[in-house]
Parts: sequence; C-alpha cells; structure tokens
Amino acid sequence: MTDAGPAFSDEWAIRRIVRTMIPLLAALSVLQLVSGTVLETYEETLLRYPALLVLVPVQIGTAGNLASITCSRLTTQLYLGTYELSPSNPALRANAGAVFGLAATVFGAVGIAAWAIGLALGGSLGPGRVLLIALVSGLLLAVLVVVASVAAVELSYRVGLNPDDTTIPVVTNVCDIVGVLILFAVVSVVL
Amino acid sequence: MPGHDSARDIYRQALPVILVSLVAGLFAGTILGSETMRRSIAEVRGLLLLLPAFLATRGGVYGSLGARLSTGLHQGVIEPRFRLDRRLTNAVVASFLNGMIVSAFIAATTYAALVLFGDGGNLLELLGVMLVAGFLSAALMISVLIAVIFVGYRRGLDPDNVIGPVVTTLGDVFGVFFLLVGVFVVGAVS
Repeated sequence: MTDAGPAFSDEWAIRRIVRTMIPLLAALSVLQLVSGTVLETYEETLLRYPALLVLVPVQIGTAGNLASITCSRLTTQLYLGTYELSPSNPALRANAGAVFGLAATVFGAVGIAAWAIGLALGGSLGPGRVLLIALVSGLLLAVLVVVASVAAVELSYRVGLNPDDTTIPVVTNVCDIVGVLILFAVVSVVL
Repeated sequence: MPGHDSARDIYRQALPVILVSLVAGLFAGTILGSETMRRSIAEVRGLLLLLPAFLATRGGVYGSLGARLSTGLHQGVIEPRFRLDRRLTNAVVASFLNGMIVSAFIAATTYAALVLFGDGGNLLELLGVMLVAGFLSAALMISVLIAVIFVGYRRGLDPDNVIGPVVTTLGDVFGVFFLLVGVFVVGAVS
C-alpha cells in the first residue's frame, strides 16, 4: 500500500471514527428517549396485553423501512427529472400507492400474527381489536411516511443538500419515533 | 426505468424485503412479550424507556461499520480476508468503542430521565444491563457482519445491498434477547 500515509491516519483512525460518530449517536439516542417515554407511560397496558408488546418492534422497523424505500426512490426520480411536487405527478402517485398497498398488506398480517402470539403468551386481547390497532396505526404511518419523505426531499433539494445523504437518516428516525406515538394514540382510542 | 415503475411494480419489488424485516420484528416482539421479559420490565425501572434508543443505535453503529468495510473493499484498501490488518482492526475497535460508549450514555440518560420525571431508578443496574447487552451485541454484530461481507464479496455479492437487512434483522432480534440476558446477569451478580 503506497497510500498508507495521511489518508490512513485520517479516514481509518479509531479516534476519528469515534469522534464523528459519538455526537450523532448520542443525539439520536436522546431523541429515541421520546418514544421510550411513551412506552414507559403505557407500561401497565403493555404488560397486561403482550400482543401490544409484540407490535412495538414491528412498528418501529417497518416505519423505517417504508420511509427509506420512499426517500431513495423520490431522490432518484428527482435526479431523473420525473418527480414534481403535484398530486397528479405519476411518479409521486405510484410511490404513494405502493406505500399504502405495502402498509395494508404488512399491517394486516402483523395484526393477525401479533394477536396469535399474544394469545400464546397468555394475553386476552381479541383478534378484532389487535387487527384494528395494527391496521389503523399502519395506515396512519403510511400517510406519515409519504408526507415526511416528500417534505424531506423537497426541503433538502431547495436548501441545496444532496437528498441521498440527508433524507434517509432523518426520515427513518422521525418515522421510528412518531410510529410509536401513533401506535399508542390508536391504542388509547381503541382500548 | 426506475422513473416509470407503477405502484404495482414497486409493491412487488419491496414486499420481500419488508416481509423479512417483518418476521425479524415479530420474533423480537415475541421475546419482548414473553413472560420472563415482562417480569424483567416490571422489575427493572427504565427498561422500556431505553428500549427504542438501544435498538436504534445498533443500526447506527453497525450499519456504519458495514458501510465503511464495504467502501474499503470497493476501493481496494482492505482485503476480504480474515487476518490482522490495521484498517480492519481500527474499524472494528472503533465500532466496538462506539457501541459501548453509546450503551453507557443511554444508561446514564435513562437514569437522568427517571430522576427528573419519575421516582428515580438504579444507575448501577441500568449501566450493568446496558454494558452486558452492548458487549454481546458488539461481539455478535461485528463477527457476523465481517463474515457476511467478506464471504459475500468473494462470491460477487455487493456488500452495500446486504448490510441493511443483516443489520436490521440481527440488531432487532438479538438486541431484545441480549437485553434480557443483561437483566439476568445483573440480577445474578447483585
């Protein structure tokens, strides 16, 4: 290796990697404490109905996944010139349609699975209510994913930042946190 | 062409990936909803409070290790072999440090939140649980990531396409499980 000099001490130095990552990770974990507070508030309900505990990691993971797919597709379409902020834009409509279709499929399946697992774990929540909670919170999440992704792509493009770098970490984390808030807003209405 | 996919095309392409992460999420949820875990949640104050932060930082720490190794392989500055190399060791040590520092930070912030907004908690207990869970996650994630990235790369797989699902799936499932192990270890010691 002839480039083992300055480039090495820069990009691959332990100190540098730790120094750039720690502030980011610390800020992220403080933000995530917001959804932790919500979980803590509903501790009694969660312990009584294990089906709801089953829903928590699924909700967090799927929100982030849908958001990262939408963001990277919108960014690509922005650069290809097929995207435009308008309700009649075909690219935007296809993305939004796919997110709603995916959310309906996935959260329908999740509702039934969470009910069955909850039952096996000794819970007493009926299948109708678990399915209702999963589907309603899932579809609200789909609305959030589409709105947040479009807003993030638009904003970062207008400010002059590359949406490929900025949108995914921001939107996935926002959707993770708001996903938990939505889940428990729906839980408190249904139960 | 990516600009002209219909909603149905996008749906078909994205569904398998979403379903894999769904199965992982349900698995993690099952551990979380198990009777042992529920008893731990009731016993250890702050466990639910730190859960989202703990799971989210797994992705940040090990996702970036994966992305770094992948870039290094593509640039040719690291080789896909299991032997001691300064860059590889540095990247691994740095992500281990990141994982442990952030775990300790989460324990401290959770404790602070419990003191400020609740009836207080046990700092040593939270710190113990997070350090055990953080250490086990680091050991598992680092070894699996290196193995998957190197073996995949040698077989012609682009590591950039593999890291995301591997980190999310393993991070969720084992994150919750190691949290439970942490509670047990701390309970056995104290």
